[in-house]
Amino acid sequence: MAATTLTARVNGADRPLPADARRTLLDWLREDLGLTGTKKGCDHGQCGACTVIVDGRRINSCLSLAHLHEGDTIETIESIGTADALAPLQKAFVAHDGFQCGYCTPGQICSAKAMMQEFAEGWASAVSEDVAARPEFSTDELRERMSGNLCRCGAYSNIIAAIEEVMATQAQPGRAGA
Amino acid sequence: MALPLADLYNTPDERNLLDTMKQGVIGKPLDRPEGPLKVSGTATYSAEWKRSDCAEGFLVLADIAQGTVKAIHADKVLAMPGVVAVLSDEAMIRRSTQGTAGEAPAQDVHTVDYFGQPVALVVAETFEQAREAAQALEIEYDAAAEPVPLDPQSPDAKIEEPSDSKPVKGGDLDKAMREADYAIDVEYDTPGHASAAMEPHATIAEWDGDRLTLRGSYQMLAFNVKEMADCLSISPKHVRILAPYVGGGFGSKLGITHEAVAAAIASKQLDRPVRVVMTRQQVFQTVMRRSETRQRVRLAADAAGKLVGLGHEARVSNLPDEDFAEPVTQATEFLYGGENRLLKVEVARISRMTAGSVRAPGEAVGMQVLEAAMDELAQKIGMDPIELRKRNLPVKVPVEGTPYSSRKLVEALEQGAESFGWDKCKTEPCQTRNGDWWIGMGVASAARVNVMIPAKARVTLKADGTALVETDQTDIGTGSYAILGQIAGEMLGLPMDKVDVVLGDSELPPGAGSGGSFGAISTGSAVMRACEAIRDKLAKAMGCKAEELELQDGSARHGDARQSLGELTGGKDIVEVGSIKPGKTFKDYSQASYGAFFAEVGVHAFTGEVRVRRMTGAFGFGRVLNAKTARSQCLGGMVWGIGSALTEELAFDVRDGHLVNHDLAEYHVPVHADVPALEVILLEERDAAASPLQAKGVGELGICGAAGAVANAVYNACGVRVRSFPLTLDKIIPHLPDPFASPA
Repeated sequence: MAATTLTARVNGADRPLPADARRTLLDWLREDLGLTGTKKGCDHGQCGACTVIVDGRRINSCLSLAHLHEGDTIETIESIGTADALAPLQKAFVAHDGFQCGYCTPGQICSAKAMMQEFAEGWASAVSEDVAARPEFSTDELRERMSGNLCRCGAYSNIIAAIEEVMATQAQPGRAGA
Repeated sequence: MALPLADLYNTPDERNLLDTMKQGVIGKPLDRPEGPLKVSGTATYSAEWKRSDCAEGFLVLADIAQGTVKAIHADKVLAMPGVVAVLSDEAMIRRSTQGTAGEAPAQDVHTVDYFGQPVALVVAETFEQAREAAQALEIEYDAAAEPVPLDPQSPDAKIEEPSDSKPVKGGDLDKAMREADYAIDVEYDTPGHASAAMEPHATIAEWDGDRLTLRGSYQMLAFNVKEMADCLSISPKHVRILAPYVGGGFGSKLGITHEAVAAAIASKQLDRPVRVVMTRQQVFQTVMRRSETRQRVRLAADAAGKLVGLGHEARVSNLPDEDFAEPVTQATEFLYGGENRLLKVEVARISRMTAGSVRAPGEAVGMQVLEAAMDELAQKIGMDPIELRKRNLPVKVPVEGTPYSSRKLVEALEQGAESFGWDKCKTEPCQTRNGDWWIGMGVASAARVNVMIPAKARVTLKADGTALVETDQTDIGTGSYAILGQIAGEMLGLPMDKVDVVLGDSELPPGAGSGGSFGAISTGSAVMRACEAIRDKLAKAMGCKAEELELQDGSARHGDARQSLGELTGGKDIVEVGSIKPGKTFKDYSQASYGAFFAEVGVHAFTGEVRVRRMTGAFGFGRVLNAKTARSQCLGGMVWGIGSALTEELAFDVRDGHLVNHDLAEYHVPVHADVPALEVILLEERDAAASPLQAKGVGELGICGAAGAVANAVYNACGVRVRSFPLTLDKIIPHLPDPFASPA
């Protein structure tokens, strides 16, 4: 598709935004930039397969037009780790079998990465006892915070185990109050 | 040497070969070899292949339920930017293809059979252009002169016997019910379900002369090739399908679907590649549904709790002329005793999208109802529900008299009970209250028939000492890449990094495909047999018998003699194709995988909300080929059980036939927060009648009865017996005990 002179920074490189104002961030990533690691599962913000990280926050890229992201910094699954050099979160997903068909997986991983950051920054969730306090780490917190990412294969238990392992081995701001 | 290597599996292979091998990889919980690709977003799914000059197609669905297309006003749309074609071809399919059909389904989209049926395809240069044009396309219809009902319960619905199954009748059930010490006669209903695989159906079609290549998302390539060829009236030899990664199937990708045929026709007409991706809403509306069911269960027991009569009758639905009827009573035929019996399915002919296979057709909804009814009987007798089940396991299949190949149901019930802590279950409901929550436990048996499909696979032992496994078998998340490699590695004595597995290309030898839990045992047996043939050649070169040959870590041993595989093969590749077909063992034995579910739920005393707090499943399905992927299959099934118990329901508007909840916001599959800690116990078992691997199917077992355990736990928690799935709070609230009363 024809491009504009406007750009967004995707995985560390400035990329020209598309000419068609109807193009979603998701379709721009997949079709124009060839970043098909970001998946289209519903195109309506209902499944989380298209989760990417924009300026540090996870969003459903299907719900956002590409044009809204001029100057933004966008991270996709391709920037987290490659098949030959997996990030700890990706390794944990493999070791815990946190996927089956693999289609929701990049979204789960992007979501988990941003979720861990939200947790570290002390964001509350719907299951936090005290929304004003720093949240206590718990499996229920993880389940709540990851519930925007559907997995029809039903790998949920293994996904949570993978995330818990990574959180346990990294600094635990939620626990340590850092 | 009398190796039972005939294609037909007529005699149980008691050699138990895999246990005699030395490599030690079979059954191990190894990581999936394709894992790094999937977690890095570099596994290529159907819509993701880059094809130059590819046009984009967008399906247009009918917004009436029944009638004929009178006019398609294409001119206005063809004038829109980028639009290159509007197709409404007679070869386009109006119904999805049933699994293993191997031929075209109903074609010609000018007749509308159900609301949401594709009637046209708009093709444009970009997705956005095609979508906008498709939304603008005006279509006029003539209403059907003699429409069929929209509601399966309509008195006008034509009721038929399924074409492929007969009722099971034995003795006199009515008499047994009258004379029984304890009798249960209950009616349950289950709603329609959607597969809702995460990857929407998508196909990229392109022609090279008269040869068609499809990159798509399918479960059974050898069948899909034939189906596509039949749709287009071309030779199957001219159709190639590539599907190395499939984003879930659960039955919905067993047969060729609408977008594939439309893409192929458009590509031919435009002489360029065409991609058609269904939207999530289109997948929901037009691909495949599990039929809703209404089931009557009758259980007649003597004073000792032994079944003397068993009735299981179900009404399901489908479009007129469809052969498939949800086989609700499939496991009831062999699970429990009771010689006086009547098992029967009838199908109502209605206008709703094609009903077909959704994960575990038959048992998924039949078992959860049977197991809930068994719980009602246990309650009535005042007997532990596990004891009731153990007392009713027949020696041979009632009526037909077939022996069982292997059945680990008692072990599953006992080991599951111990691990779960079933001894803490209160026999009467409303005994445990935790704050605002009633707490209860439930149990159910699991059962799913074991099926084999003819399969072939090619194994090459290369001169460099590595092995290559090739078959058109798909991996839809089931673990085919992992287990086929492990079988070859074990048989040929190779570590996993020396075994490569190539799947999902219809030009490779036809495996079974993925579906009906048959992929692993069928294609896996073909791989094993190919390896056996290679072992025979290696043994000959070694100067020993095959059973004396030890292969491990790339070396061959016989007594004190030792050679590397490279030396033995003399620098040449050894190529063998293994083959297997279901034979007499499938008639001589009742073959099924078994298990048991245990669930603990909380029911909110004021709102009736149900939360599953924990769940245990214990399963026996013959040899475990990979403990990690097998466990995941079981976990996934249990998650489906939670959805079936509590949230999943296709809602059709019976006034105009449209599917009301046609997306993932309204059709509620379980999310992270709905799924608690799940425990899976894999039992040791070898079933030689089921396959030379001594393995049985596992892909669907985890759902078959799981929702029954949840429903039984709800009753145990709060005393409310809901006979309509899913157990939404509106069905529970009116019957809840006084929330302010202290526990009984």
